[in-house]
Amino acid sequence: MTRTMSEAPTLPAPRGPVSEAVLSVLRGDRPALPAVDGSAPYGEDLQLALYCCYELHYRGFREVDPDREWDPAVLRIRAELEGLFLSALRDDVPAGADVGSELDALLVEHVDAFGVSHHLRRHGQLWQLREYVAHRSLYHLKEADPQTFVIPRLNGPPKAALVTVQHDEYGAGAPERAHSKLFADMMTELGLCTDYGAYLDSAPAEILAEVNLMSLCGLHRGLRGALIGQFATIELTSSPGSDRLVKAMRRLGCSPAALRFYAEHVEADAVHEQLVRRGVIAPLLSAEPELAPDVVFGIRASMFLAARSDDLLLRHWNRGESSFRDGVDGRKP
Amino acid sequence: MAEARRRVIVTGEGPILVYGPVDVEMPDGTRVHSDRVVTALCACGRSRHRPFCDTSHRRRVRDDEGKEHGP
Repeated sequence: MTRTMSEAPTLPAPRGPVSEAVLSVLRGDRPALPAVDGSAPYGEDLQLALYCCYELHYRGFREVDPDREWDPAVLRIRAELEGLFLSALRDDVPAGADVGSELDALLVEHVDAFGVSHHLRRHGQLWQLREYVAHRSLYHLKEADPQTFVIPRLNGPPKAALVTVQHDEYGAGAPERAHSKLFADMMTELGLCTDYGAYLDSAPAEILAEVNLMSLCGLHRGLRGALIGQFATIELTSSPGSDRLVKAMRRLGCSPAALRFYAEHVEADAVHEQLVRRGVIAPLLSAEPELAPDVVFGIRASMFLAARSDDLLLRHWNRGESSFRDGVDGRKP
Repeated sequence: MAEARRRVIVTGEGPILVYGPVDVEMPDGTRVHSDRVVTALCACGRSRHRPFCDTSHRRRVRDDEGKEHGP
């Protein structure tokens, strides 16, 4: 009897010596582990290796024994990779402790800002929208799961408010309304494959790093402040961004069924923003003011990594090139 | 009983938050439902998703001129 979930994805292709070794450990081999400390912290090799370690805590992989999740060999190499990733982020993101001004800044709409959602709204093409959705599927097919790890690390009012948001994310009792399901429905409408992990090989390191930050902060109790900052960043910035994507999809002639995911997020995240600020962050910081620097770190690290992804996609698209890693062309269905 | 009363938060900065499912009657008599645990009702009048908040109350700035714009 297999204990692996039937829909578990297959392992991806390695992207260098570290991910090669991690994949080998996951298969149950005991390879000589390469030195990790020379790896580029945001590079393809490290980010894929880390992503695969984390995936054991979600759906796992078809070829990987579920017991690998708590295998000290995996945890040891994961800790080294996390150390490099985290210290690079701490170096690249300015420290701060004023959560109030940080949140206020996120609530200002910059009329002339330009990112992927602005590009798609104004003159993006359908193949670019499909690539964006394929990349985002790495998170959205497990939407809310990384943040759910923080629930037992909270207590009282912040826990209750966070669970209220998560309840909504998971469909409020109706599985067909779960955001991950709405996302899969949109993928189907766009002719994309809805299998969990189907676009892992296509996703560049910048996309993996955003999901890895969520898993890193969700799985470490010591980083719960950063997880809350990351969570707040999504919930505060998603509503206007989703509105731009609804407009992009209407302009591109997508079906009403395809639009549903982002349309739902315009209204849902207008509520979630309020719950996160009033219900989660305010009481959390009043009970544990020492978490403020980590909340700021979580916000700034999320914004930093999101900007790297936006730059990467726009750079490729401006040259008329696909942003998929494996050369699979998003222009073809 | 006070405990049975519905909780409503007037945020002052944007929407009015209503706890529990709501049935909203619009000026033309149509009814709009929300089954959310909390519903954010537009109070600034700018939402394009009325009666619900779509964050259109947020401050908008143009960075190249450094000045504020109405929505």
